[in-house]
Amino acid sequence: MSSSRSERPEPQNEGASAASDPLRPSDHIDSIDDEINQPRLGLVGWLRWGWRQLTSMRVALVLLLILAIAAIPGSIFPQRMADPNGVVQYRTDNPDLFPILDSLSMFDVYLSPWFSAIYLLLFVSLIGCIIPRIKHHLKALRAQPPRTPARLARLDDHRTVEREGSEQDAAQAIDVAEKQLKALGYRVARYDSAESRGRGRVWSVSAERGYWRETGNLLFHIALVGVLVTVGVGGGFAYTGQKVVIEGKSFVNTLLDYNSINRGRFVPDDALQPYALTLDSFDITYEEFGKPGAGQAGNFKANLDVRETDGSTRKGSVEVNHPLSVGGDKVYLLGNGYAPTITVRNAEGTVLLSQPVEFLPQDSSMSSLGVVKIPDGMPEQLGLIGFFYPTAVKLDTGAFASAHGAVNIPLLTLDVYQGDLGIDDGTPRSVYVLDTEDMTKLAGRGTDVESIQLQPGETADLPNGLGTVTFEDESPAGATDFTESVKRYVSLQIHHDESAPWVLAFALLALAGLGLALFVPRRRMWVKATASDDGIRLEYAGLARGEDPTLAAAVDDLVRGHERLLDDAAPRRENPVKGA
Amino acid sequence: MTSLDDLSILLLWTAIAIYAGAFIAYAFDLARRSSAVEEVTAGAKVLVAAGSAGADADATPVPASETPAKPRFVLARIGTALTVLGWLFHLGATLTRGFAAGRVPWANLYEFAMIGTLLIVLVYLVVLTRIDLRYLGTFITGLVVVLLGAAAANFYVIVTPLVDPLKSVWLIIHVFVASLSTALLALAFALSVMQLLQTRRERRVAEGAAKPGPRFLATLPDASRLENLAYRFAVVGFIFWTFTLIAGAIWAQDAWGRYWGFDVKETWTFIIWVLYAGYIHARATRGWRGTPSAWLSITGFAAVIFNFAIVNVFFKGLHAYSGLS
Ligand code: HEM
Repeated sequence: MSSSRSERPEPQNEGASAASDPLRPSDHIDSIDDEINQPRLGLVGWLRWGWRQLTSMRVALVLLLILAIAAIPGSIFPQRMADPNGVVQYRTDNPDLFPILDSLSMFDVYLSPWFSAIYLLLFVSLIGCIIPRIKHHLKALRAQPPRTPARLARLDDHRTVEREGSEQDAAQAIDVAEKQLKALGYRVARYDSAESRGRGRVWSVSAERGYWRETGNLLFHIALVGVLVTVGVGGGFAYTGQKVVIEGKSFVNTLLDYNSINRGRFVPDDALQPYALTLDSFDITYEEFGKPGAGQAGNFKANLDVRETDGSTRKGSVEVNHPLSVGGDKVYLLGNGYAPTITVRNAEGTVLLSQPVEFLPQDSSMSSLGVVKIPDGMPEQLGLIGFFYPTAVKLDTGAFASAHGAVNIPLLTLDVYQGDLGIDDGTPRSVYVLDTEDMTKLAGRGTDVESIQLQPGETADLPNGLGTVTFEDESPAGATDFTESVKRYVSLQIHHDESAPWVLAFALLALAGLGLALFVPRRRMWVKATASDDGIRLEYAGLARGEDPTLAAAVDDLVRGHERLLDDAAPRRENPVKGA
Repeated sequence: MTSLDDLSILLLWTAIAIYAGAFIAYAFDLARRSSAVEEVTAGAKVLVAAGSAGADADATPVPASETPAKPRFVLARIGTALTVLGWLFHLGATLTRGFAAGRVPWANLYEFAMIGTLLIVLVYLVVLTRIDLRYLGTFITGLVVVLLGAAAANFYVIVTPLVDPLKSVWLIIHVFVASLSTALLALAFALSVMQLLQTRRERRVAEGAAKPGPRFLATLPDASRLENLAYRFAVVGFIFWTFTLIAGAIWAQDAWGRYWGFDVKETWTFIIWVLYAGYIHARATRGWRGTPSAWLSITGFAAVIFNFAIVNVFFKGLHAYSGLS
């Protein structure tokens, strides 16, 4: 006994290495260390060595940890993809630090070369690791359970039962065990031998179950590749655009009609379906005064008239959490605001502009900021910067504020600038920003002229006799208050990404694979019968392949079940001896 | 409406007080175990000495917890009883908060803390019916007292209606599963800490050190059993975390128009996921099982707490649902 012990230092290894064992990188805890296999100093040898390193457990692990660390800066610094305004702000706040951080891609961490390098290496490692394992597993799926070890008693989970009986009973006992194991979902193989060390004939069945464990593991890792590939490829075919639509106005899904659009590299110009959306109305509710969260706005809902590409029309709506599907795109509600209708006339009374102007909300009570640009028709170019307060209140400081998000006491204040709008040289300028660098302020704080203040329906003179400006009242006929005097707008996001369901499918596949890989126990079981003059000796043993906390209980169950089956066939005469 | 919420607050502080009592009982239990060990090991030494005279030279000393004179840990029982009682109050606080709000009670940081700790204690108590983990009682009750106390004192917000993005079934699913996952990972963390202490003690015992470390450790399972237990909690927690990640992405697709955008909270959820994937790998990598993998489990849970406490309060992003301003 002691001599064979030195051949196999670990008794657990008995019956462990078999064709049906899953293949593992050489530094896996279950594999036999073969570091002796030093590479020859040729190029091929080194390449092979490098590949083996890359596809080892250790490198995969280290790459995973590096990936985790590398993702951290993106949560500390604002990212262009998630928070572009934050990046602009950061630049203003830290003008010296910004260029250094930017050159390290700290504001585009997840698109940076170094971040990409880490995950690409990880996935190369992953693919290199699983391909041989898939091949191996396909073979293992057809392999026979391994030969019954000579000394089952060496295994940790081992039971022995002595029974009366003949050689014939021994053979029958194994027949019964074979059926029993098969019924339990094991794959079985018989290993009966004629003679075993002078102890008479030996019958045994070898059984294995839990191939799903490895299948699940491979499924999980393959699905991760699937997620990465679909995300990567899908991005090339996706587009996302933003469009502001004012009540009563329409949007047609063409490149020209977007305020901004991001297209994947494979999206052709004619990829967009020319459906049209008209904003019929916008619903919003406010929490009542005196209740917790008073004034909080919610239940946003944009009611749209949809004209499909084929010309058919229908009603549709967009809510937060409930995007609208149209033409293969999804339409989301990103924001909303007020668009006071403003008319500007010059000294001759010619209308230079008359339209709803989108104002950007600045706080939760919808104090909003907007800009009007008059490039032509005046002696010099004219710019207006306006504040709109839906429920205006005058603060002690003399400044205005809004007390509520709904339109109750609407007020529009306008500062007037004259000069060069800076749009003639073709530089793109945001419609929401007035560059006052080359302009003189004619009215508003810091000048002799007070800023213009208007309620719906009122008209005021522009300074220096330049003309007039009117805040149009859009209330329907017969309205008794101002609540409907100002139009609302919504900002919609239109998103097209056919890969999203695939990404989800792979993610769910990964989850399913993970469940199998972590919870399906993989184990081997053996039942062996040895006949002698004293009767038959039944041995049961189990061997875990991977984490298997319930193995001991499973062996006990097997023994009990087997005994019951044998007793049903022939009444038992002796008490079992538990042991080893 | 307000009165229900007031009742909830009252129940919560009562629960905290009872948990604090449980903590004290458990702490005394650990201290008592130290002296119990003294008596038991005195007996065990004789046994081992007698055994070594025989043939079986490589027999390992019998672990104290398996000796016939198994201590009955009366204080631990008191601790557990108090924990159950505290949990009932805690459950009452959570339910009344939910009724007060007319929705699931996990929609702001205060409520996340309440439901998260409720699940931590629940998982602990459920597991107790099958495995004796009372040596973690001090840790569990201590953690819960700190988190709940901090939440009740600093994160409390009155019930307000939900903001639009939170009006979704995914609020129920995603946040609940995340909390459950956190509870499991917390247990894994505690076991990993015990594992490290036990490993150190075992090494020092092997070296024959006079003071191998806190004596209560002798009444705990050995390091490798602690490690296996920690691993089991961690993998279940990891699966739930994976689900949380996927469910969050589905929700983000509906609410924000994209399934993934590296928002701060998304980023940290991803970092945690990768850390635990690393931990699971480490367990299967030669040279990483044992102490290094335990450190990964600890790091992973530190990131969970960071994600919960620091990211929610101090980082700005789309997930600004702490309700604090
Ligand atoms: C994107 C990177 C990876 C992630 C997120 C990941 C994640 C996981 C997870 C969660 C498990 C546990 C579930 C199971 O047993 O099936 C696992 C197991 C495993 N992974 Fe990975 N893995 C990654 C890359 C790799 C690479 C590159 C290799 C090869 C070097 C690898 C080899 C293995 C092996 C052999 C197991 C089984 C461990 C065992 O025997 O318990 N993985 N992986």
